Amino acid sequence: MQEKKNTGRTIARVLTFILLLIVLAAFVFPFILVVINVFKTKADITVNPLSIIGNHGFTMDNFPNAMEKMNFLNVFKNSLIVTICATILTLLFSAMAAFVIVRNNWKACIIFFAVMIASMVIPFQVLMIPIVSVYGNLLKVVDQRLVLILLHVGFSVSMATFMYHGAIKTNVPKELEEAAYIDGCSRWQTFWKVVFPLLGPTTATVAIIDAMAFWNDYLLPSLILKDKMVQTIPISTKLFYGTYSTDIGLIMAALLLAMLPILILYLFLQKFIVKGVTSGAVKG
Amino acid sequence: MNRDKMSYKTSQFIMFAGPALLLFTGTVIVPLFYGLYLTFTSWDGISLSKPFVGLANYSAAFADTSYWQSLGKTFIYSFFSVIFINIVAFLLAYAVTSGIKGQNFFRAGFFIPNLIGGIVLGYVWQFVFNRAFTALGASIKGGTVPSLLSTESGAMFCLILVSVWQYAGYMMLIYVAGFMSVPEALKEAALIDGCTPGQALRKVILPLMRSSFVQCLFLSVTRCFVVYDVNLSLTNGEPYGSSELAAMHVYQTAFKHQQFGTGQAEALILFLICAVVGVTQVYVGKKGEVEA
Repeated sequence: MQEKKNTGRTIARVLTFILLLIVLAAFVFPFILVVINVFKTKADITVNPLSIIGNHGFTMDNFPNAMEKMNFLNVFKNSLIVTICATILTLLFSAMAAFVIVRNNWKACIIFFAVMIASMVIPFQVLMIPIVSVYGNLLKVVDQRLVLILLHVGFSVSMATFMYHGAIKTNVPKELEEAAYIDGCSRWQTFWKVVFPLLGPTTATVAIIDAMAFWNDYLLPSLILKDKMVQTIPISTKLFYGTYSTDIGLIMAALLLAMLPILILYLFLQKFIVKGVTSGAVKG
Repeated sequence: MNRDKMSYKTSQFIMFAGPALLLFTGTVIVPLFYGLYLTFTSWDGISLSKPFVGLANYSAAFADTSYWQSLGKTFIYSFFSVIFINIVAFLLAYAVTSGIKGQNFFRAGFFIPNLIGGIVLGYVWQFVFNRAFTALGASIKGGTVPSLLSTESGAMFCLILVSVWQYAGYMMLIYVAGFMSVPEALKEAALIDGCTPGQALRKVILPLMRSSFVQCLFLSVTRCFVVYDVNLSLTNGEPYGSSELAAMHVYQTAFKHQQFGTGQAEALILFLICAVVGVTQVYVGKKGEVEA
């Protein structure tokens, strides 16, 4: 009886495993398709996008072509600058704000925190037209990476502050700070030397979530950056697709180029990313 | 040092919260109120003058039948997307917490679509629908097969399919966390008391995971309602504007037809509907929450 039950369970497990493999294959199928077709000529892709190797054989031409036409190194650099700067500033500013909010129940702190929490339900669509109006029409500061970076930070500080708020409240013992004050640290020094180092896990979570969001964002950058020299990967992918939509080999290469950086990063950091996203989602 | 002095408090607050306050105000608070003001003006996007028009933008938004059609489609799209995202995500989470080999590998694999931005995903799928599936169809049926994206209901189906594919892995992670939060002892007790695994799932595990459901539903509803990137790159509203969802309509009204005031009014209406749906759903969901 017990043995029967065990074999039944084993069979169920093997079946689940096989089923999951099939589902996973279906999940990554679109990516595989892009990878296959990137090494084929335009004519071969048109004839049969499903064949692994085309009649004209293997080609490496699509990559360098697409890289050059997309000015990939430049847009990659732009994306990198925007993502890194915006992520670092978000982390620093939100941790600082969360610290003063948690440790003091001044009116300004309470109001600021409540307004930030409430603002998290506002979708970007409500703010995009006035942002274009204020920054593009009134102040005329578009086409600058710095403006995009600051806007990114402004949008993400509320969520990040909320997460740091929870972390400081539960993970940073007040006694530790008081010991630092007695030893002669100012609040500013205490924050950087005692509190911030203790917030490592939250910093990692916020960094992962925000960096991914900044890297992939299309709508905000497309409204702010009109000049080709400062554009980021998602915008240039969109423009490239519009210009070369008939040259499907180039398109495949451009799409793969757009996906590769984050996929390579995922290969090394997937454990952290999955963990970070989970804890971020569950808290938020 | 007197820590109760107003000057001390002010300097502390500005030192720590100043940068966040400044940027938050500049990107969220100022645009929010400025946007409210814009709905009472007719601004063309270029000139500096913004003539006051009273409630004309709101009546224009209410009279804009294509806006309400796009909202209706957004409802249909969100309804099916949310349901299927959560069913798929839950089943995947159930499977990858059942103790089979390679659980972490599967979790990481199903999450991959979330790493990539909506614009790129939409183009990848456009290739799949327009080239790969048509080629596959042609080789099975012979002749040429039209792309799913070329018909009205087909385009909607594609949008839903891609959204389910995109978000299922993310919601799966939340359900996985939910499954893991149910104490092992409770599951064992249920099984010892004679529950079948199915009964244990329904009577013990699911009620304890209610907060995961509330959260996943909230996240998927609020995301689907304002979907834009995938809509833009996968269908771009085609065929004949039939797959234009609300967020895209707002964009078009403002930036393509240069009716910024009306566009902003439509955005606010979209926000209100989205907020009401989201809050109601959380309220209803939280009411019946139980704790272990």
